[in-house]
Amino acid sequence: MYGWLWRHLPGPVLVRVVILLVLAVAVLAACFVWVFPWLAPYMPFNDTTVGEG
Amino acid sequence: MSGTEIAPPGLGGRGDEPGASGGSGGGRRAARRGDRSRDREPARGGVVLGAVGVLGELLITAGVLLLAFLAWQLWWTDVESNREQAQIVQEQGWDEPLAPLDAPDGPAIVTPRYDEPPVPDEPGYLTTFASMRVPRWDGEPTRTITQGTDRPNVLNPLGVGHYEGTAMPGGVGNFALAAHRTTYGKPFNRIAELQEGDPIVVWTEDTWYVYRVTSSQIVMPDDVQVIAPVPDQPGAEPTERYITLTTCHPMFSARERYIVHGVLDYWAPVSEGVPAELAEVS
Repeated sequence: MYGWLWRHLPGPVLVRVVILLVLAVAVLAACFVWVFPWLAPYMPFNDTTVGEG
Repeated sequence: MSGTEIAPPGLGGRGDEPGASGGSGGGRRAARRGDRSRDREPARGGVVLGAVGVLGELLITAGVLLLAFLAWQLWWTDVESNREQAQIVQEQGWDEPLAPLDAPDGPAIVTPRYDEPPVPDEPGYLTTFASMRVPRWDGEPTRTITQGTDRPNVLNPLGVGHYEGTAMPGGVGNFALAAHRTTYGKPFNRIAELQEGDPIVVWTEDTWYVYRVTSSQIVMPDDVQVIAPVPDQPGAEPTERYITLTTCHPMFSARERYIVHGVLDYWAPVSEGVPAELAEVS
C-alpha cells in the first residue's frame, strides 16, 4: 500500500518525503477537525448528566 | 512544482504502471519480469504476501489513528474548550468582580447576608448567566454557567451547564449543574477533592452566592432524584437552597455519576467586594 504510494509519487526522495509529510498532516488535520468530533459522541466516556438515558 | 531536472525519474516511475497492473499488486520486482508466463507460481505467492503486507499496513495505520484519537480526545479538546471558555469569560467580563483581589491594600470583603437573596429568572437555552469558582480547586479558571446540559452545544464548548427547570442561583430548590470531569476543558476534574464545608462560589452580574458542600455520592446515570428540588427526595417540597454538581464517574468512563450536594451559606452584592472565601486562596 505505502510501497505503491511511494513508487507513484513523483520526484526525488526528498520531494517524496515532503509530499508524504504533507499528506500525513492533512489526514491528521481532517481527523481532528471532522472525523474525531463526529466519532466522539459514540464513545462511552463523556456522559456527565443524570437522566440522559 | 519540481524543476525540470527531476522530471525524468518521475516519468520513469510512471512508465512502470502497465507492468505493475499486470502483476496485480504482487512483488515489487516481479512486476518487471511479469511478461514471462513461467512466473505464475511465484506471482501467486507474491499476491498472498502482498495481501498480508497491505493488511499489516492497514493495521498499523489503524493503530496510529487510534493514538491520534486519544491525543485529540484527552488533550486537544481541553485546549480548544479552555480557550473558548476563557474567551467567553473575557468577552462577557465574568472576571471583573474578581478585580478587587488584585487591589494593593487587599480586597474589600463583602458582608455575608442571610436574608432572602435575589433570584434571577431562568434564562433562555444557551444563555450564559453566571460564573463559578471553587477555592479548593486552586489554579482553576473561572467557569461560566450556561442554560442547558446537552453536550454538543453546552458542555463541550461552554463548560458548565444548568439543568433546565431546576432552581436558579439563590433559589429555594436545587440549583443543579453538570460539566465534564475529563476532556473538553474538564471543569469538574477535581470534584472528588471536595470535602464537607468547602465553599462553592457562584456569581451573577450583581450577586455573589456562596454555597457549602454538604455531601457527595456516586449514583447510577438514571438516578435523577439527585437533582430533585430536595436532593434524593423526589416530590418533597423544598425549603432549602441547594446546589448539586453532577459529572461522570469513574474518570474516563460513563458508568456512574459523581454527585456533590451543597446548601447556600450566604449571599452578597457584587458591588461590595469579594467573598472572603475567594480572597483566602489568592
